[in-house]
Amino acid sequence: MNFMSIRIKKDKCISCGKCLKVCPGNLLYKDEDGKAFIRYPEECWGCTACLKECPAEAIQYYLGTDIGGQGGYLYISRDKEYLNWHIVDKNGRKKTIQINKQESNKY
Amino acid sequence: MKLKRKRLITDVLIIGGGTAGCFCAMTIAENSNLDVMIVEKAHIKRSGCLAAGVNALNAYIAPNETPESFVDYVKNDSEGIIREDLVYSIAKRLNRVIKRIERLGLPILKDQNGNYVQRGKRSIKINGENIKPILAEAVLTQDRITVLNKVNMIDYLKKEDKIIGGLGFALEENVVYEIYAKAVICATGGASGIYRPNNPEFSKHKMWYCPFNTGAGYAMGIRAGAEMTTFEMRFIALRCKDTIAPTGTIAQGIETYQVNSKGEPYVNKYGESSTATRLYATVKENEIGNGPCFLKTKGIKEEHEKELFKAYLNMAPSQTLKWIETNSGPASENVEIEGTEPYIVGGHTGSGYWVDTNRKTTLKGLYAIGDVSGGSPKKYVTGCFAEGEIAAFSVIEYVQDRQIQMLEEDEVETKLKEINRFFKNSDSPYSIGEIESAMQKIMDEYAGGISARYGYNEAKLKVADERIDQLFKLCYQLKATDMHELLFIYEILDRLYICKVLIQHLLARRETRWKAYQENLDYPQKDDNKFLKYVNSRYENGKIKILFRDLVGRDEFYEHSNQKR
Repeated sequence: MNFMSIRIKKDKCISCGKCLKVCPGNLLYKDEDGKAFIRYPEECWGCTACLKECPAEAIQYYLGTDIGGQGGYLYISRDKEYLNWHIVDKNGRKKTIQINKQESNKY
Repeated sequence: MKLKRKRLITDVLIIGGGTAGCFCAMTIAENSNLDVMIVEKAHIKRSGCLAAGVNALNAYIAPNETPESFVDYVKNDSEGIIREDLVYSIAKRLNRVIKRIERLGLPILKDQNGNYVQRGKRSIKINGENIKPILAEAVLTQDRITVLNKVNMIDYLKKEDKIIGGLGFALEENVVYEIYAKAVICATGGASGIYRPNNPEFSKHKMWYCPFNTGAGYAMGIRAGAEMTTFEMRFIALRCKDTIAPTGTIAQGIETYQVNSKGEPYVNKYGESSTATRLYATVKENEIGNGPCFLKTKGIKEEHEKELFKAYLNMAPSQTLKWIETNSGPASENVEIEGTEPYIVGGHTGSGYWVDTNRKTTLKGLYAIGDVSGGSPKKYVTGCFAEGEIAAFSVIEYVQDRQIQMLEEDEVETKLKEINRFFKNSDSPYSIGEIESAMQKIMDEYAGGISARYGYNEAKLKVADERIDQLFKLCYQLKATDMHELLFIYEILDRLYICKVLIQHLLARRETRWKAYQENLDYPQKDDNKFLKYVNSRYENGKIKILFRDLVGRDEFYEHSNQKR
């Protein structure tokens, strides 16, 4: 299925199980190889808790085509007090937005 | 599959480790020697409404405002139907709980003089992406608080007319938990997934309210005979189209307004701007052919756009992803808006348990706080904190000298059988998902969902009522093959109970009190002579009994014993 809300890269997954723990919908399970997968993709809320928890940057978040998804996706890397949001657009171009966790929103 | 029984005992059982539940647990632990157990359906680090974050605290008393003016605002915005005693008790605590969450580590924007920077009249700017981990950590550092994650509660344990604990099942082990406590606090959150959602196909859970809040707290209370209030005041959010991301961030953050496809501002055509009017006006503009409707953002400065990208990543990342993946943004395109499906949620409107001023429900030993507690709209995150504190201080007093009571063995076995039947059922004619879709379609078409532009009449509600009854029977035939499927079945059962109560409340209010939220097409006018009252209900012997109650004033201390049963 190509329209998953999240896609977990099997080759990057280190089987730590952290994403299973934090999913507010309990939607993630481990497969026979011990790798995480989303058992009910259409139940995903899109909160990205699993992306923030994953130490291996193995999880990508997509929008379904039914809400305008065009093939882009985002993933998150952490750097101390920062969350780096990497957004890849429909043409494969990446834009990174860095957010300091201690800095309040302006809006 | 056979489920094992586990029995646990604590002083105070809190069902739900969200905004209200966490704050309540911390308050009890800091002010008493009581043991507290939080039972959480997911994991407290990222569960419930705040999983993705929140980007403002929307209930705050600004320097030029007072708790009294806050109550006036909520009363006016809610067309007079609020419990002023409850809203007032929240208002008086708001700024103190804000200080408390700030001390716990929540970043709040301040000016050069150290004052909070406001976003609108009653709102302040924060970085709430991490608010749930902050709350979770504060809870976990308290020795007297135990957190039981990945356990879904399904019913209270009741002895005579008193709540003595709760029953639930684990998701990661084949275990049923029987938890006894001297007092129980319900903090499960409200209910989504009752109506057909905006995106009914693949993205069905891309919705405003947490899709995993399926109203368990309401349903447990209904089944146990607790009095409920104001279910008919549904909440419908005005959101960014498709992603269902918030609009307030743009509307208040950059102070813009709503326009139709002709570029005309339209809200004031439909009355004084209120939360309900801004939504209603958008529905009407679409109906008369002036859609789509937008928040006017085109032409905003690039720096504003950049800040909006960040703000959305901190609470609704889908919106920023959508802008960037389509090489678009609010500076180059207006943001299309739409109304969501209706939700039942006491933190925004007034639906929930009928509580006294201390948040005691009508069932002995049971409190209700946060979204599941009724009568006090617009409590939002900080109002939920305040209610957590109010209930905590009352509970500490209540449990003094009380003993743990337990059910007889055969009573527990009967309850276990009720759960186990879903594993024993022979194959059901319908799947779990089909029953859920059927429920949402019935409510959508016959009880005022999106496709009905939120309106309904008595003839339609009666069809809804009959068809929901049919679904109950089908739901009891469903078969579970593992704990997750058992959870799905209970989530539907709980919502069917809520549908039943909601339909009776909608029938009882023979007027139109709130545009879109409660629009009775048989009675399109507001009727203050007859309906400046609360519509309450109680489930008794399989029937829902409706009660009308008189309004409670802000200086009253409301106790259940004051009322005739």
